[in-house]
Amino acid sequence: MYQQLSWMLSLILVGLLAVIFIFIARLAATERVEYASIQKSAYQLRSKLFYLVLLIMIPVIGYSLTLLPYPSPSAGAQVSKTVNAVGHQWYWNIDDLTARVNQPVLYKVTSADVNHGFAIYDQTLNVIAQTQAMPGYSNDLKVTYTKPGVYKILCLEYCGLAHHAMISEITVTE
Amino acid sequence: MTTLTIPDGGRKTVYAYIAVFGAVVLLMMLLGLVMRAAQAGAIALGPHVFYQIMTAHGVGMVGIAGLGGAAIMWYFLRQYVVLHTAVLIANLLLFLTAVACILGAIFIGQFGGAWTFLFPLPGQSMGAWTPGAAALFLAGVLLVGVGFLLFYLDAGRAIIVEYGSFAKSLGWPQLFGRDDGGAPPPAVVASSMVIIVNTLALVAGAAILIMMIINLYAPAFEINPLLAKNMIYFFGHTFINATIYMAIIAVYEILPRYTQRPWRSNKVFLAAWTASTVMVVIVYPHHLLMDFVMPTWMLIMGQIISYTSGIPVLLVTAIGTLALVHRSGIKWDMASGLLFLSIFGWAGGVIPAVIDATIAINQVMHNTMWVPGHFHFYLILGMVAMVFGFMYFLIKEAGKGVDNALDRGSFWAYAIAGTGFVFMFLMSGKEGVARRFAVHFPEWQGYSGVAAVIAVFIVLAAAVFTLRFILRLNAKAA
Repeated sequence: MYQQLSWMLSLILVGLLAVIFIFIARLAATERVEYASIQKSAYQLRSKLFYLVLLIMIPVIGYSLTLLPYPSPSAGAQVSKTVNAVGHQWYWNIDDLTARVNQPVLYKVTSADVNHGFAIYDQTLNVIAQTQAMPGYSNDLKVTYTKPGVYKILCLEYCGLAHHAMISEITVTE
Repeated sequence: MTTLTIPDGGRKTVYAYIAVFGAVVLLMMLLGLVMRAAQAGAIALGPHVFYQIMTAHGVGMVGIAGLGGAAIMWYFLRQYVVLHTAVLIANLLLFLTAVACILGAIFIGQFGGAWTFLFPLPGQSMGAWTPGAAALFLAGVLLVGVGFLLFYLDAGRAIIVEYGSFAKSLGWPQLFGRDDGGAPPPAVVASSMVIIVNTLALVAGAAILIMMIINLYAPAFEINPLLAKNMIYFFGHTFINATIYMAIIAVYEILPRYTQRPWRSNKVFLAAWTASTVMVVIVYPHHLLMDFVMPTWMLIMGQIISYTSGIPVLLVTAIGTLALVHRSGIKWDMASGLLFLSIFGWAGGVIPAVIDATIAINQVMHNTMWVPGHFHFYLILGMVAMVFGFMYFLIKEAGKGVDNALDRGSFWAYAIAGTGFVFMFLMSGKEGVARRFAVHFPEWQGYSGVAAVIAVFIVLAAAVFTLRFILRLNAKAA
């Protein structure tokens, strides 16, 4: 969902920007108008846009910050199970490669050597969640699978020559 | 067009910078094309070679963007303050020495630790490269940093001599007091900002590079990986950002000559640059949004500052540029066209960047192809277009020929293929394609194949820009 939203927003806003630039560029060479009047209109437009951007940005930031993926310290008590996931060059060592639909799992993710990225891909190869796997630190990632199937764990932080081959699988059942 | 008051030695050195820029960008673009072709399965490289090329492409592009930006900053800043040409030359020599170290480390020493050299990967390659190769790479990056630090120290000294302080060169008396119209010109304001932020970044970068070199030979000298990551991203993010903030000076200086309209440092402009000075320094945690152990306030700050740092770009520079050219009777040519395109590229790149800096979205986009999508947008269509525009300006200013159909055709190829290329990255990111993968799943290969074909046109256009610059530079003035 986020991927589709990001893509559509980018297409629309970049497209709009492109139309404005092309329009101004085409008109620019046709005639010469006194700068002061254009500048005045541009400054007025800029002020309006500034407030419009703030008007949109503040609630968007506010809402998006309610969707933070960072688990609370008490997350361990709210999940069905806790699973240790350790990145190695170049394989995953994961305690438990199974999960149940709608039953939250807390992955405690770390690394035995270099930085790795613990990313969960669904069956259509969409990322559903990720966190970094870093030596000396444990990142807690809470995941609730909503569909059964085989999910892939890929490494999303470059970790050396077999980075792309560092794949594991999690089977999710009803 | 009026010739600027630049000493002959300085002018020639700037020409050398730009010629090196063109040659290295072209070479690095070719490496990029090879990577996309390999990801498409069209050529077989093997992971060793792929990751070496990836490392060279990343470090090469970041370094050369810095060199291109520095050439622009020096060329225009030199009109207002007295800079030392010897320092400009020293930076270039250190850069070229660094290139030799880095290329040796990668293609002879087989170093493939990525340009971000995240600790402890350079020292833990599982036998793919030696600590010596890693040390040579890190030392090469350090040399680049030393050259740039000298460059900024000289520029900072010159600005303080001329204006008295950075507060004055950032226009604070006019920003916080009455605007008497006496604020420094945009080139000085932008240079001051870059000197402040990049000096901090280079010092942090040098510190972590030296720490990592020591650690390679004395592992008992331990480094906290999270601290290292913070220092590396603070350095890397700020350095690559600063390349745009240097290159934008070309737009501030050149487009007004075309439109015969001034670009003045008014209160809003000064406020935008002061705000950017702060925001560029504190925005880097948006690279660490998936490091859940980071203090949450820093990550939230990373998102909020990413959003707000788009405001000066879009509302001041983009609207300023549009107003400057709107019904100005401008004569479009290669220089003005590329500079205008570059503002579209910069402003357009802000959009996917801000989206990705949203923590909830970053959780499904981080380190997918969306990330190179947004920064290739900034770089191909923004920063690099600024330097190509500057190239054509230099030729025009020197009276060495006019643009021809090949130039104009290349402009359109660059603009259209550049847009297509970055959207292939963004589309791949939307589909979850991982970045920095030597081998792609069959489902992913189609995106890379299309991107590789499009990339051919970008490379050809860049070759025209660069070769036309170098060939005409040596021609006699018309």
